[in-house]
Amino acid sequence: MALQIFTYILHKDGVIDDTALEMVAAAGKIDPAASITAIVVGSKTDAVCNSLIASFKEVWKIDNDALSYPNSEVIRGLLTRVIPKGSTLLFALDPFGMDIGPGLSIKLEGAYVPDAVGFNGIEGGKLKVVRQEYSGQVSTHVLCDISGGAVLTIRPGAFRAVEADAAGGTVIDKTADAMTGGLPGGARRYIEVVQAEVGDVDITKSEILVSVGRGIGEQENIDIIKELAKAVGGDVSCSRPIVDAKWLEKSRQVGTSGQTVKPKVYMALGISGSFQHLGGIKGSPFMVVVNKNPKAPIFQVADIGVVEDLLEFVPLLTEKINELK
Amino acid sequence: MEILVCVKRVPDTAENEISVNSSGSDIERGDLVYSVNEWDNYAVEEAIQIRDKVGGSVTVVSVGDAESEEVLRREMAMGADKGILLSDDAFAGSDGKGLATILKAEILKGKYDLVLTGAQADDGAGQIGGMLAAMLDWPYASLVNRVELLDDKKIKIGREIAGGNQEINEIDLPCVLSIQTGINEPRYVGIRGIRKVASVEIPVHGASELGLNADSVGKTSAKVSRVDYFVPVLGKGAELLEGSIEEKVEKLVELLKSKGGIK
Ligand SMILES: Cc1cc2nc3c(=O)[nH]c(=O)nc-3n(C[C@H](O)[C@H](O)[C@H](O)COP(=O)(O)OP(=O)(O)OC[C@H]3O[C@@H](n4cnc5c(N)ncnc54)[C@H](O)[C@@H]3O)c2cc1C
Ligand SMILES: Nc1ncnc2c1ncn2[C@@H]1O[C@H](COP(=O)(O)O)[C@@H](O)[C@H]1O
Repeated sequence: MALQIFTYILHKDGVIDDTALEMVAAAGKIDPAASITAIVVGSKTDAVCNSLIASFKEVWKIDNDALSYPNSEVIRGLLTRVIPKGSTLLFALDPFGMDIGPGLSIKLEGAYVPDAVGFNGIEGGKLKVVRQEYSGQVSTHVLCDISGGAVLTIRPGAFRAVEADAAGGTVIDKTADAMTGGLPGGARRYIEVVQAEVGDVDITKSEILVSVGRGIGEQENIDIIKELAKAVGGDVSCSRPIVDAKWLEKSRQVGTSGQTVKPKVYMALGISGSFQHLGGIKGSPFMVVVNKNPKAPIFQVADIGVVEDLLEFVPLLTEKINELK
Repeated sequence: MEILVCVKRVPDTAENEISVNSSGSDIERGDLVYSVNEWDNYAVEEAIQIRDKVGGSVTVVSVGDAESEEVLRREMAMGADKGILLSDDAFAGSDGKGLATILKAEILKGKYDLVLTGAQADDGAGQIGGMLAAMLDWPYASLVNRVELLDDKKIKIGREIAGGNQEINEIDLPCVLSIQTGINEPRYVGIRGIRKVASVEIPVHGASELGLNADSVGKTSAKVSRVDYFVPVLGKGAELLEGSIEEKVEKLVELLKSKGGIK
């Protein structure tokens, strides 16, 4: 029997997130015969729902003024009321998916698999999922018993979006069912969103980024990165641990919880290449990596790799470039 | 405030190259250096700071084998008041839900106002906190990067969302929060601190102490299980520069020049 798969649609200000069509691809990989239903929760979602029927046979809508901000405790309660037990549900792995997924799997009494990057078929009620561990240094196959339902989060970018295929679907309003019993999740109340601080440089506009990661070791060593950036005429950016340690300001962080950059040249120095970091680099820049561990995942996505200690290599590189001038 | 922090012993990825063993059944564990999961240090630091502000106690708990005692001691050297090890052969092979079931049983033995976990651990799951909260029917927030105490019934929290923005919520106690890195600066633990707690007794609770049915945890209950490890082959990979370090520098300068990498 074909699976019933629900995919939760992220949307903001009436615009559907890129992950929506990636979810269609992921669902197709799980079970090519699956019937796929999009779920849209929010307020004033008609435009979103109407554009989704091009890609989905069925769109479930839960629409109420109280749902204008996606509070996952509220939405978990709503979904628990309407999703049939035994269904498979997909969420994009983002701060909302991470928030709602684990708890929803408990409430629906299903299995939970986070951060799926691939699927290898279903055998005897068990779905074979590809995951990564240790920040992408190794991969694993995981068997998930989906016979009693499952919640999965899907890594953004792991599945290539399937183009809209004129599915000619219908929108089904589930609001009344979902709201029966009132608005759930009152123990966590949304207040506001505080926007990120703006820094002294805007790395989203830089053409050359010299980016430093935990491999730099000590705060004092950051100077060698600044000197290289000056030599090449680029800006300094970094991975998250450098910001966590307060060695550089948050506005210089590249990644899903930092800035999205699109330089022409990206130099990654002592950065391992977690998907959260790589998720912030767009537009396929010419990527140069310096890392002393040849197995670091970042080598797989770079153009040029140098296996060296950056503390030794970077000053030599800066010196050579300065000599040319 | 009575605070419980869940901590996990993991291979330290900053200290180790992780590789797959010859049969693919596991990673090479021979020479691994272990430490406490990076995120859990931030959670323990936050708990200590809250306790120091309003009083109460911080308990650290870990599900693992006897060696997990070492990470509990480390967090006690940071300033946690108490450590509890949850260990039993019956726990082996638990999936996320199994682990949360074990932790829940321990939580219900105490009277906690706040339970903290790390945002994620070594296998990047990020699942234990959300599962625990749902099982306890307590409210939950993930990726918390700010905690502000309001009164003894509720707290204000900030959680990280895309682009470095922050979502502010009010949340009732008791609750479960998963803590994101950067929320604070975890204090340094010296060898002297570790020595001070070296002889503190750490109770070990197994399935029977926790009143757990052996089939509600461990391998038999697990709906999710790992089959094997492998090394992914992704794309063509980088062209590696060869030669002496000076030769590599020279080659790289040429490449950068031709690709607009030097202004
Ligand atoms: C919800 C969430 C959001 C996140 N958002 C982001 C984000 O926006 N941006 C981000 O960057 N991360 C983000 N992270 C963190 C991410 O998961 C990784 O932990 C982080 O990217 C690792 O940074 P790194 O590569 O600098 O450090 P590590 O992974 O520790 O890598 C350090 C690298 O340096 C190498 N190295 C060490 N010493 C040397 C030396 N002397 N010379 C050369 N190489 C050396 C090592 O071999 C290693 O490959 C997020 C995590 C979560 C859970
Ligand atoms: N074996 C364990 N013992 C105690 N806490 C754990 C254990 N595994 C995970 N956790 C907690 O759950 C958090 C998230 O881990 P995970 O869901 O495994 O990614 C960790 O940061 C810990 O706080």
